[in-house]
Amino acid sequence: MTFPRDFWLGFWAGFPFLLVIIPFGVVFGVVATEAGLNVSQTMGFSILVIAGAAQFVAVQLMVENAPVLIVLATSLAVNLRMAMYSASLAPHLGQISWWERAVVSYFMVDQAYAASILKYDDSPEMTPRQKLAYYMGVITPVCPTWYIATYGGAVLGDVIPPTLPIDFAVPITFLALIVPMLRSAAHVAAALVSIIGVLAFSFVPFNLGLLLAALLAMVTGAEVERQISKRRVKQ
Amino acid sequence: MTLSDAQIWLVIICLGAGSFLLRLSFLGIIGSRDLPEWLLRHLRYTAVAVMPGMITPMILFPTATGGQFDMVRIGAAVATIAISLWTRNATLTIFGGAGVLFALHFLLPA
Repeated sequence: MTFPRDFWLGFWAGFPFLLVIIPFGVVFGVVATEAGLNVSQTMGFSILVIAGAAQFVAVQLMVENAPVLIVLATSLAVNLRMAMYSASLAPHLGQISWWERAVVSYFMVDQAYAASILKYDDSPEMTPRQKLAYYMGVITPVCPTWYIATYGGAVLGDVIPPTLPIDFAVPITFLALIVPMLRSAAHVAAALVSIIGVLAFSFVPFNLGLLLAALLAMVTGAEVERQISKRRVKQ
Repeated sequence: MTLSDAQIWLVIICLGAGSFLLRLSFLGIIGSRDLPEWLLRHLRYTAVAVMPGMITPMILFPTATGGQFDMVRIGAAVATIAISLWTRNATLTIFGGAGVLFALHFLLPA
């Protein structure tokens, strides 16, 4: 490892996500095996797809006996946001080698993206190699634990009492990342449009409302930034 | 479930490949090429454009309560935001938010 300091900073940034990864991995293992998947298929999901929300959607649709094409289209729509993460990371990690970018892409889960982009925007002096070390640090506690927790759930069955509000670990971890990102009026405006947009587009099927809301929010953020810098130039 | 073993593996492999290609898409194609300033300006807002919209329905209409507004979850969300503004530390915020969530869960009458 070329930049151990950045790696460990990333590692400790990724560590609290275990609060989400462990219960959700276990729940996925339980849900998937109860749906009729065997252990290797359940692990296939967590290792090959490695995307919490899309995995749950796919298994749910398979239980409902949806056609294979519908299962694929709907679950991939849930993962379309990953293409936006990919574009957002490109200016930071575009210079690393092709196979390293492939590794980054395989591990591109919400937590890895959010924790890394928060760090990159706060530390513009980081080199692409330092950014890569940080990213690998974040995913080190997160992704292997996802596999292990899935296996635990698939083999041990339900060990988490169903009444506990563990579903809410997801919004809590993301709130902890989003609030520090609201560093300018443009960021706040984008976040507000994202929230209002997703509620307004809640009728749009296949989770595409989120994508529409996100695109509108990006345009809003960019436009507010442009207006503010224009005003600054005039003054 | 009526899907055969082969069909299940087909779903897993296609979904895995599709997700990987979505993740690789821009990072793979753009690489080290310079992007125009207007595009970079939009990409700067990706995280704040996706994440708040992603968690808003989870906070307001949790699936676990059948979409019912839930004081425990709303209270935990408000506390999490407050802890984040106060401590400016993501780790403290996550553990603090989880602490408030479980405290409210066990203290508030169901």
